[in-house]
Amino acid sequence: MNFLPPDLAPAYPEIFLLVMVCVVLLADLVAGAKRPYLAYMLAQGALFGCALITLGTSTSDVSYTFSGMFVDDAMADTLKLLTYVTVAMVLVYSRSYIAVRGMLNGEFFSLTLFATLGMMVMISASHFLTLYLGLELLSLSLYAMVALRRDSVEATEAAMKYFVLGALASGFLLYGMSMVYGATGELNIGKVTEVIRNVIQGGDIDDYAVLVVGLVFIVAGISFKLSAAPFHMWAPDVYQGAPTAVVLFIGSAPKLAAFGFVMRLLVEGMGAMVADWQGMLMILAVMSMMIGNLAAIAQTNIKRMLAYSTISHMGFMLLGIVSADGNGYSSSMFYIVIYVLMTLGIFGMIMLLSREGFEAERIDDFKGLNRRNPWYAFITLLLMFSLAGVPPLVGFYAKLSVLQAVLNAGYVWLAVVAVLFSLIGAFYYLRIIKLMYFDEPETDAPIVPPGDIKLLISANGLAVLAFGLFPQSLMAMCAYAIQQSM
Amino acid sequence: MDFQSITFYFFATVLVASALGVITARNPVHAALLLVLAFFTCAGLWLLLQAEFLAITLVLVYVGAVMVLFLFVVMMLDINLDRMREGFWKWFPFGALLALVMLAEISMVLMGRKFSADQIPTPPLRAADYSNTKELGRLIYTEYVYAFELAAVILLVAIVAAIALTLRRRVGPRFMEPSEQVKVKRSDRVRMVSMPSEKKE
Repeated sequence: MNFLPPDLAPAYPEIFLLVMVCVVLLADLVAGAKRPYLAYMLAQGALFGCALITLGTSTSDVSYTFSGMFVDDAMADTLKLLTYVTVAMVLVYSRSYIAVRGMLNGEFFSLTLFATLGMMVMISASHFLTLYLGLELLSLSLYAMVALRRDSVEATEAAMKYFVLGALASGFLLYGMSMVYGATGELNIGKVTEVIRNVIQGGDIDDYAVLVVGLVFIVAGISFKLSAAPFHMWAPDVYQGAPTAVVLFIGSAPKLAAFGFVMRLLVEGMGAMVADWQGMLMILAVMSMMIGNLAAIAQTNIKRMLAYSTISHMGFMLLGIVSADGNGYSSSMFYIVIYVLMTLGIFGMIMLLSREGFEAERIDDFKGLNRRNPWYAFITLLLMFSLAGVPPLVGFYAKLSVLQAVLNAGYVWLAVVAVLFSLIGAFYYLRIIKLMYFDEPETDAPIVPPGDIKLLISANGLAVLAFGLFPQSLMAMCAYAIQQSM
Repeated sequence: MDFQSITFYFFATVLVASALGVITARNPVHAALLLVLAFFTCAGLWLLLQAEFLAITLVLVYVGAVMVLFLFVVMMLDINLDRMREGFWKWFPFGALLALVMLAEISMVLMGRKFSADQIPTPPLRAADYSNTKELGRLIYTEYVYAFELAAVILLVAIVAAIALTLRRRVGPRFMEPSEQVKVKRSDRVRMVSMPSEKKE
């Protein structure tokens, strides 16, 4: 039997990143003690190189390689580029935070890059095996990163919960995948789609029942990873317990990858069963918006509050996928990109307000920020208004486009529910603005971030405003990515 | 009933019984040993399916390496059984109800025609020189090379994570440096102090 070596060209970014992770590992081993920032510089360089390669090799056509296990299409390229930018921003925000807390070692950066590699694998997967392996690569790196501050009881507990529940979710997912394999006899997403279509046309009830059971487990596994209710219980504990730099990472880039995962698995792989997963996602979306927004009101820890806010935003994002058309998918993608941008900003702000021996974790730590530093208060104001969905900030357009897709699909009640819960959610975002502008500061400690963070957080806050005023370019990019890969 | 069916039912019974034992045994060491038995019988089942390489790997890797390490860990940890079982009975009715519902639902699907024995083709008989190992190797390094490499990367992450989480550079350990020790001179250790002798009163 003849075997042709696979075409490596579509996977150049992944290969480059893997090589660079090994370089980071070795460079940190040899020179890490003398130059603590070497790993940081190398990691940023690796991300920049990946971005150049992805941009250079990006085409509008779809190419498969590695016996159909790897797909390179417009959606993959777009999501990967966004991932690089997100991870690079995470690294800039985290650098001084982890340096102050004695976590500045090569492992933080190599694990971050490993996780990035896992996300890229997930985004470009066209086979159940690669989807799962990418997810595990991402999750394992994240578990370790949560536990990196091993002397902290809270962090260890968070890591343990994250690990056990994450392993359970992976088990669910694998069980679901094995059911689908049992019914279709295929693992390749393209072929699975074909067989499922034949099963539905042939009207084979037995096969279909097995597929639906598989689908239930797959959706449960996915919602664990997306932290959608009722599979959300890990998120608040992990957000609260993990070091803020790691929370920033967990809360941002993996959401992009999770979106890619949902698209590949549910939309591309099991698209023919849309009527089945639509209902499941609807329940998940409504429950997430309800639990997320209601529970967030009661929180006094801002990281915990943002965890519940994440849950509600994931619910909102699922609405776009429930609409099950190109418009809905691209609005979901737009929503997730905007969500990541806002999360980066707000967690960046939390790290900026923290200093050695002090974590700005309580909501009260935002009290009187306007007196301490009006510019940072203004940026937080922009981010909070955007999270709440107030026009003209970009969070409003993200919500609007998802709602439009929902209405086009004919689910008026769903749109009404979404708007109602967003209104409830606005309360806890606006409370922070009230604390910043109308309350007395509890401390007058100066806020002196390094220059690059100052620049980045300003750019981040202003981007929320700029994209809000001119959302067309980003929306067009998402629409193009989805349209080219459907 | 032919010999194959008898061996199958034998292995299957032992497998199910030992798997039940793993989760019901009071003593964690017994549970670990029962898991070894489960792996062993499972390997026997795989042999019946003509997957001899996988069967041997299961025994070598899981029984030989993983479970032995696991036993060491279980024996070294001082696990308080009473605290582990705390709250078990409180949650038992709820958990049992959920498990029963799931069991009923899944068995309704799995007991269907799809997975009945006559639907599943018997594996074709191979020639005597057919090598399972060779076929697996060929597939791993050709068709599944991407997944194989990814699995390798995951192992690398496991190594990095394990070292990052457990390696401690201890502060202030006291140890001897032999090269320094032999270079020592009398003047480093003994200080001559000249004191005026005191008169006896």
